[in-house]
Amino acid sequence: MRNLFGHSAFRNPSVLIGGSILLLLLAVSILAPLLTQYDPQAIAPRFRLKFPSDEFLMGTDMLGRDVWTRVVHGGRVSLLVSAVVAIIAISIGLAIGLTAGYIRWLDGPVMRTMDGLMAIPGILLAIALVSLSGASLLTVIIAIVIPEIPRVARLVRGVVLSIREEPYVEAAVGLGTPTVKILIKHILPNTIAPLIVQGTYICASAILVESILSFLGAGLPPEIPTWGNIIAEGRAVFQRAPWIILFPGGFLAVTILAVNILGDGLRDTLDPRMKKRLGA
Amino acid sequence: MAAIPVMGVVAIFVFLLLRLSPGDPAAILAGDTATIETIAAIRADLGLDRPIPEQFITWFGQLVQGDLGRSVLSKQPVTTLIAQRVEPTLSLALCTLIFAIIVAVPMGILAAWKQGSWLDRGIMALSVAGFSVPVFVLGYVLIFVFSMKLDLLPVQGFASLSEGLPAFAARITLPTIGLSFIYIALFARITRAAMLDVLGEDYIRTAHAKGLKDHVVLVKHALRNAAIPIVSVIGIGFALLIGGVVITETVFNIPGIGRLVVDAVLARDYPIIQGVILLFSGIYVLINLAIDIAYVLLDPRIRY
Repeated sequence: MRNLFGHSAFRNPSVLIGGSILLLLLAVSILAPLLTQYDPQAIAPRFRLKFPSDEFLMGTDMLGRDVWTRVVHGGRVSLLVSAVVAIIAISIGLAIGLTAGYIRWLDGPVMRTMDGLMAIPGILLAIALVSLSGASLLTVIIAIVIPEIPRVARLVRGVVLSIREEPYVEAAVGLGTPTVKILIKHILPNTIAPLIVQGTYICASAILVESILSFLGAGLPPEIPTWGNIIAEGRAVFQRAPWIILFPGGFLAVTILAVNILGDGLRDTLDPRMKKRLGA
Repeated sequence: MAAIPVMGVVAIFVFLLLRLSPGDPAAILAGDTATIETIAAIRADLGLDRPIPEQFITWFGQLVQGDLGRSVLSKQPVTTLIAQRVEPTLSLALCTLIFAIIVAVPMGILAAWKQGSWLDRGIMALSVAGFSVPVFVLGYVLIFVFSMKLDLLPVQGFASLSEGLPAFAARITLPTIGLSFIYIALFARITRAAMLDVLGEDYIRTAHAKGLKDHVVLVKHALRNAAIPIVSVIGIGFALLIGGVVITETVFNIPGIGRLVVDAVLARDYPIIQGVILLFSGIYVLINLAIDIAYVLLDPRIRY
């Protein structure tokens, strides 16, 4: 782990390409207010459904709001949600995976529960959670986190099961090292590389699910522009004003693509075992 | 036989979802303008005024008998509402699965056969892209190009097979292509990986050495042995398919189960959401069971 930041990961073309696109998108989102002269909420009926032009880079929507302004502001929500979701899902999944992998009698019940959770289609589960507890940033994050947890738990449990058989772990057990210390000092470090990779994929999936929730009307309220709800609002007028959907859709696809490319690069350099398994 | 405990967990989870979610579900279901009496009526209607274990037993008893409750809004049984919507969803799901397998498996075989070539890299790049373009964005791009610009196919809607094959095909084509993109990516990638594993084996070299044609080796020797991971991924793909169906039906205005659940979300009609989740989870578990059985049929070495 010591040489992680001088790692060959930073010379991998996929990491560089995916990472650069992502940094650019991050910069655009953070600097959103400086990149536009309009307010994302400013309604201007006079300028309804304007075709993209110098004045309105990506045209305007049915309330005369500037689509470019809403798209760059929408990026903030997508990226924020995805980062928070990845951190929470990994923390909880890590705790569950370590417990199930190391404490044998808990393994069966915990993993069967995870199987059950995995059997519920993630999107439907998220929709149900949001529609029941009312849409807010917090509920949307929770709704996206819950279906991701079993995947992390399974991954961590797999690592724990293979590491606990290693001679150095058996030696530590033989010397009477407390369980907590074994978990933290010997087992946890082995989960870091696969978790970084998994975390990247969770980010991609979180961006996608957030946009799907917004698109289906079960996401953040329209006062907070997100790529998903800009697209949802454009649905009714798609044939007259396709730019309302095509531009945020393009941003969405490029962002997810960049995160996936970054994830593939990280997987190839950090986690060779996983590379072989997926054959990519 | 892990299917039964898994379904049990699903049932308990779906049950607790309504009971343990923050806020009063009855008040949320009733909407912002409801009076206290309406909320109390809904609570009694859903049985929320009784102790939780008692609620679970009643609810589970009905569930086992195939009773998914009634819609809050239309008062019709959820099973009836779902049954009315099965055809479009099933058509879309089957067309997508078949189309994806037909396109992706040969792509994966080609990529593995020509490993490292430009063809291989192109197919893999396409597969990364396939994972990244959201179904609804792709759906709108397809509508934009094929329906609006080229005017080849109808924009939206669904026609039953009973209305004739041309009408059915014209309306199912774009949704199928849009939805199958991600499965093509997934199946092609797994087929390639599974084929690469097998192509390194000695018996493949033997088959080549005894002068068999490439396509015979690829299909008869390699593909048969690579079938297990491919079949299992088709099962995993089904879980993705359900999410995709919900979205695709919204984009293309198809009156299937996906639309039913989205409309139920907007109307906060919880029994429908709950019923559809249980149904889809049940199908998911059954498909995985079927795949376990398929393993035994495909590979006589596996025994349970």
